[in-house]
Amino acid sequence: MAKEASIPLTSQASSSNDAKPKLPDMGNIATKCPKCKEILYNRDWEKNLKVCSRCNYHFKINANERIELLVDPGSFVETDANIISVDPLHFTIQPPSYPDKRTYVEKLQEERNKAGINEAVVIGQATIEKKPLALAVMDAFFIAGTMGSVVGEKITRAIEIGIEQRIPVLIASTSGGARMQEGLYSLMQMAKTSAALARLGEANIPYFSLLTDPTTGGVSASFAMLGDVIIAEPGALVCFTGPRVIEQFMHIKLPEGTVNSEFSLQHGMIDAVVHRRDLRQTLARLLRLYS
Amino acid sequence: MAYDLEFEKPLVELEKKITALQRKGERLKAEELTQLQETERELRQRTEEIYKKLTSWQTVAVARHKDRPYSADYIRLLCDDFFELHGDRSFGDDHAIMTGPARIDGQTVMLVCHQKGRDMKEKQLRNLGMPHPEGYRKAFRAMQQAEKFGMPIITLIDAAGASPGLVDEERGQAEAIAATLYLMPRLRVPIIATIIGEGGSGGALAIGIADRVLMLEHSIYMVAAPEAAASIIWRNSAFASYAAEGMRVSARELLPLALIDEVLPEPLGGAHHNYHQMAQTLKAGLLRNLAEIKQLSTEEMLEKRYEKFRVIGKYAYLEAEVPLVSEVS
Repeated sequence: MAKEASIPLTSQASSSNDAKPKLPDMGNIATKCPKCKEILYNRDWEKNLKVCSRCNYHFKINANERIELLVDPGSFVETDANIISVDPLHFTIQPPSYPDKRTYVEKLQEERNKAGINEAVVIGQATIEKKPLALAVMDAFFIAGTMGSVVGEKITRAIEIGIEQRIPVLIASTSGGARMQEGLYSLMQMAKTSAALARLGEANIPYFSLLTDPTTGGVSASFAMLGDVIIAEPGALVCFTGPRVIEQFMHIKLPEGTVNSEFSLQHGMIDAVVHRRDLRQTLARLLRLYS
Repeated sequence: MAYDLEFEKPLVELEKKITALQRKGERLKAEELTQLQETERELRQRTEEIYKKLTSWQTVAVARHKDRPYSADYIRLLCDDFFELHGDRSFGDDHAIMTGPARIDGQTVMLVCHQKGRDMKEKQLRNLGMPHPEGYRKAFRAMQQAEKFGMPIITLIDAAGASPGLVDEERGQAEAIAATLYLMPRLRVPIIATIIGEGGSGGALAIGIADRVLMLEHSIYMVAAPEAAASIIWRNSAFASYAAEGMRVSARELLPLALIDEVLPEPLGGAHHNYHQMAQTLKAGLLRNLAEIKQLSTEEMLEKRYEKFRVIGKYAYLEAEVPLVSEVS
């Protein structure tokens, strides 16, 4: 399963930039675009929905921010927030020479504290321009958005809300793939979520899939690619196999951004690439068209 | 017999001794005959001991053994007739997936199988058993056809994963796999999936949604190949053996977790020591399970198949309801 692609921080661009003395801690004032190295004032950057104003790079945002920008203000009602992962396989084995000795359970606890959410997906109901929908939004900041038992379960429950209430379903995916520490349980979540979507399809309820950076591995090979309409944010890594693995397998070097949203659109795998600021409007149009 | 795996070293000496004695044939003296019988007994005993306590990583080695029977071998040994279907009708024919109608015990079933290659040339032809998108689309076509004609579907899983090349991304590997995962839960015919060797990642699961999931005793089923998992968890594929232990990849470990339904015993020393015996066990297992599923009405069967996967997953609830993301500051 692919891990997210790292954005090379060593740029070949503007040597004059490198010569300058290092900026003091930019902390809360400014953010550097990892793609074009532009220094962005946080106030402008946040107003621009965390998109680089120079090169259009879409920064990763958490589930919280994503929900805020997608749905009508105050309309989101979260469900099943208190489901947490356990360690079903007692995955405590560690190579003795590996420095990081944290077990899976400890990592989960840490991520919960750090990310401020209980798992890599948030589900619930909301409205977009007054149109109701069931919603699942993944969060790449929680163990790289990987899918284990809880992510699979919550996604399935979001789909079931759609079936029960006969409202469209939107899943905003972002994931490094399946979560290795839950072994086969993680793989089976692909089966579970896809089967639930098949039931949604039989009930003739539309399912919209939104792909954000990165959507890879087991998530892309199940619910993310099963949308009746699939849209993606610009420049998002969208693939089954990550670029690093493709390179190892084929012994080639891929140009940056080979397997992304635009690539998927070009090869007929998705329906549209939509800028972050237009997402809500686009989804509202789709909800009207498919109602 | 051939013992060539790392942990089988103690058996090699015994085997050599037996071969040497057997070579004498008619000229074997009485005392040598007893010696031969005793050594054979010892070999059996030692093999049993070793194979009873295989670690996960050792099981990986057996599941990947170069002489292990592949799908084509089982097809040859199980079926009275098999007509192979080729091509996905839109792009090409993928040789990593073998599919087609077959006669087994007087009934027609649709076989959908991974096929690894035995020698270099076949390995290349079959991309080491790692299907391209067109392979999954061929499987999709065959399974739809099976539903149309009421044929039960039997899948044999033996792939380290789906093919991870750039061409596969271009042709939509993710979509091809997702499509079969979407199709299989609804198919109105019985489905039995058997992992005969390696079952790795979405590439294996893509033909693995079934009413019954069986595993051969020394086969493995996992979310990703141990090497890939190790490089994801510990950034180093050399830690593969740890990943294999941690993920509990062997049939014996997965059965108590209710992730699979049944383990089919292998001949002593692994399936590659006796193709015929293995094929007979597999055939009996398939027919028995098929007969059991046929007892159910179609609706019951579909409901049970859905439930089977719906309930997979372990989780807990946080005691106190912590206020979470719904409020955005």
